[in-house]
Amino acid sequence: MSRLIRLDRTGHTEIAEWNVDGAGVEHARAAFAAELDHGYFAVAPGPDGGAEQVHELPLDAELVVLRRPIAGG
Amino acid sequence: MSDGATAQPETALSLEGALPELAAVAWRPRVDEAALERIDRRWTRWTVGQEVPFLLIAGGLPWLSPVLGILSAAALGFAWFIPHLYANRGAGVVAPPRPWGAARGEAPAADAEERALGLLGDLVGHEARATLAETGFVLERGRFGVWLLGPAGALLVRGGGRRVQCYCVHATGEPLPRADRIAHLLLALRADESGFATVSNLSFSGARWRVRRCLDPRARSAFDAATAIAARS
Repeated sequence: MSRLIRLDRTGHTEIAEWNVDGAGVEHARAAFAAELDHGYFAVAPGPDGGAEQVHELPLDAELVVLRRPIAGG
Repeated sequence: MSDGATAQPETALSLEGALPELAAVAWRPRVDEAALERIDRRWTRWTVGQEVPFLLIAGGLPWLSPVLGILSAAALGFAWFIPHLYANRGAGVVAPPRPWGAARGEAPAADAEERALGLLGDLVGHEARATLAETGFVLERGRFGVWLLGPAGALLVRGGGRRVQCYCVHATGEPLPRADRIAHLLLALRADESGFATVSNLSFSGARWRVRRCLDPRARSAFDAATAIAARS
C-alpha cells in the first residue's frame, strides 16, 4: 500500500492510500492535484536515500510527501 | 559580508527534477563545486583583509611609543572580535529557534512533535538516526560535503572537515513541528542539492573552529559528527 502524506502542524497527515492494482488511485490523484493547487510541492523519497521532486503522482512510489516551499532568509 | 550562494551559470546541470523554489530566485546562478570554492576563497580574502590592518596596528603602535600599548591591545581585540561576529552569525542558523507562534498560541502540540520526529527518523539512515536522537539534528552526505540540517538552517562541512559554510533556509507557511521543518529541508536537499544551495542564503564561510566555538552543546556534538564524516570522505 502506497501513501500520500502532507507535512503540516500536526506532524503529518495521511491524505490518501493506493495500491498499484488500482485501488484508491483516482482518489489519490485527485488529492495530490488538490494539494499542489494549495501550494504544496511533492517529493518521492527513494529507497537508496535519494528523493525525487514529482509533479504527477508516481503510482509505483511507496511514499509521496507533500511539503511547503522552502526559502532562504 | 552577506550574499546568496553565487556562482557562474552551469549549463551542464539538468533542470529535470529541479527544486520549484528556484523560480523565486531566478537571478541566482546555479551553485556547483567550483562556485562553492570561489565562495570559500572570497570569504578567506575578506577575513584576511579585515584582520591584517588590525594586526599591523597592534604590532606597530608599541614601536612608536609604549604608551600606545593599550591601543595595540584594542586592535588585537578587534582582530579577534570581528571575524567572531561573522562566525557567530553563521552558527546562528542552527541555534535553537524561537518557538514560532508560541506567543499567539499557534505553536505545534507536543504530540505533533513526536509524530514529526517519527517520520523524520524513518527518512534518515541508521547513522543519521543516532545523531538525530542524540542531538536533534540530521546529518546528510551530499555531493558538496556533509550537511548538518537544523529547523531553520544548514551547515555544509567541506574540505575534509576543515571548512564550513552556513546557510539560512527554512520551510515557509504555518508553524511546523521542529522535526517537520528539518524534514522539509532534508527532502529538498535530497531532491536537488545544487538547487538547495542556490535557494539558501549563505551567511558565513570559514574555518571549522570559528563556527564550532559558537555552537550550543547539542549542535556542537552534531557538528563534530559531521566533521568526522567529512574527514573520512
